[in-house]
Amino acid sequence: MTTNSPSKVHVTTTINGQQHELLVPGYMSLLDTLRELIGLTGTKEGCLDGNCGACTVSVDGRIVDSCLVLGAEVNGKNVDTVEGMATPEGLHPLQQAFLEEAALQCGICTPGFLVAAKGLLDNEPSPTEGRIRHWLAGNLCRCTGYDKIVRAVQKVID
Amino acid sequence: MHPFAYVAPSTVAEAVAVLNEHGDRARPMAGGTDLLVKARANVWELDAVVDIKNIPELMNLSIGNGGLSIGAGVPCYQVYDNSEVAAEYPGIVDGASIIGGIQVQSRAGLGGNLCNAAPSGDGICPLIVHSAVAKISGPSGDREVAVEDFATGPSRTVLGKGELLVSIEVPKPAANSGAAYTRFIPRNEMDIAVAGVGVFVQLDSSGKNFESARIALASVGPTPILASAAGDSLAGKPVNDETIAAAAALAKDAATPITDMRGTVEQRKQLVEVLTGRMIKQAVERARG
Repeated sequence: MTTNSPSKVHVTTTINGQQHELLVPGYMSLLDTLRELIGLTGTKEGCLDGNCGACTVSVDGRIVDSCLVLGAEVNGKNVDTVEGMATPEGLHPLQQAFLEEAALQCGICTPGFLVAAKGLLDNEPSPTEGRIRHWLAGNLCRCTGYDKIVRAVQKVID
Repeated sequence: MHPFAYVAPSTVAEAVAVLNEHGDRARPMAGGTDLLVKARANVWELDAVVDIKNIPELMNLSIGNGGLSIGAGVPCYQVYDNSEVAAEYPGIVDGASIIGGIQVQSRAGLGGNLCNAAPSGDGICPLIVHSAVAKISGPSGDREVAVEDFATGPSRTVLGKGELLVSIEVPKPAANSGAAYTRFIPRNEMDIAVAGVGVFVQLDSSGKNFESARIALASVGPTPILASAAGDSLAGKPVNDETIAAAAALAKDAATPITDMRGTVEQRKQLVEVLTGRMIKQAVERARG
């Protein structure tokens, strides 16, 4: 068995519009890279196997489970997390709608749902309820029963 | 998780060299949606992960008169978002559209699905029924393997030391042909097939008779199964309930499932029969346009 200590990877990446230069261990997930190296703890760790979507972020405009992406893979890419949604002027419309519709209780799944829902609306401004539910099937919520989340997304469409 | 080095070569030769050097302590990574789960669970203890997404051939998706070429690293969404692929290979799109959820489909692809070699891989049966071929590069050169021969057992493939799947080549479908794939799961999305069935049919010009058919079964054996007797039974027969039922019964006979947390032997065999009938009918509908 080899015992060589794997070297770190030099990564230049744009996160929420801001460029970062990082040295990332080759085996470190994008989720841990965001939370531990950059301090962006909005992205949550859930199942660590691609079932729950709590760690959803956007990479070059496509939503992914950041637990199943390596930090080293985002070299040269644009990463968007929940921290990038609100502006100094206020919350993102989805965030506002989640508040108004009470689309969260414990809140652990919420950043993943917000980023996933934004990924849908950025490409499809008027999805049907069925399309919203299908798109969000990769995000689990154990509190709300989903109806409030779907209603919040629909509220932004209206 | 065992700490591994991240390697991102830009050529097939470099990737093969790294894989060959490390043997089973290195793995190629496309979407990583199976690999990182297995590495984290210590199913695999890896010294190196070879990210193949910087290798142009492995990211190529092209469709033409020669057929469809799917690079080993092409993610599912690129397959189903491609309108030409969707029009000509709807059965392949059926499979690519139901692997995981949207997040997983951003990363996971048919090449990885094939190499992961799960008996339940939803991407594999559609490729088998289309007579697709896997193009492999390795330390001693290139070779091609029919997709139905690629998996040799659960999580086991024909890939030898240092070998890398480069692409999946799917022949251009014949005129008057159609394909379809479905699976049974207890929810609408995000689950592993209890049983799955893919069907390809070629009809004669009247659309009333089968010329040939291929039927493949998922999650009912140690690998995806090409149910040759079931498909062959349709050749030269009229399209009707009787011939379809006979083929579905033969597909049921070809299924060799186990009982586990997802379903029993009896349920799975029954599912194969029912889904085969439905998929033959859907493939016929698509063949008739």
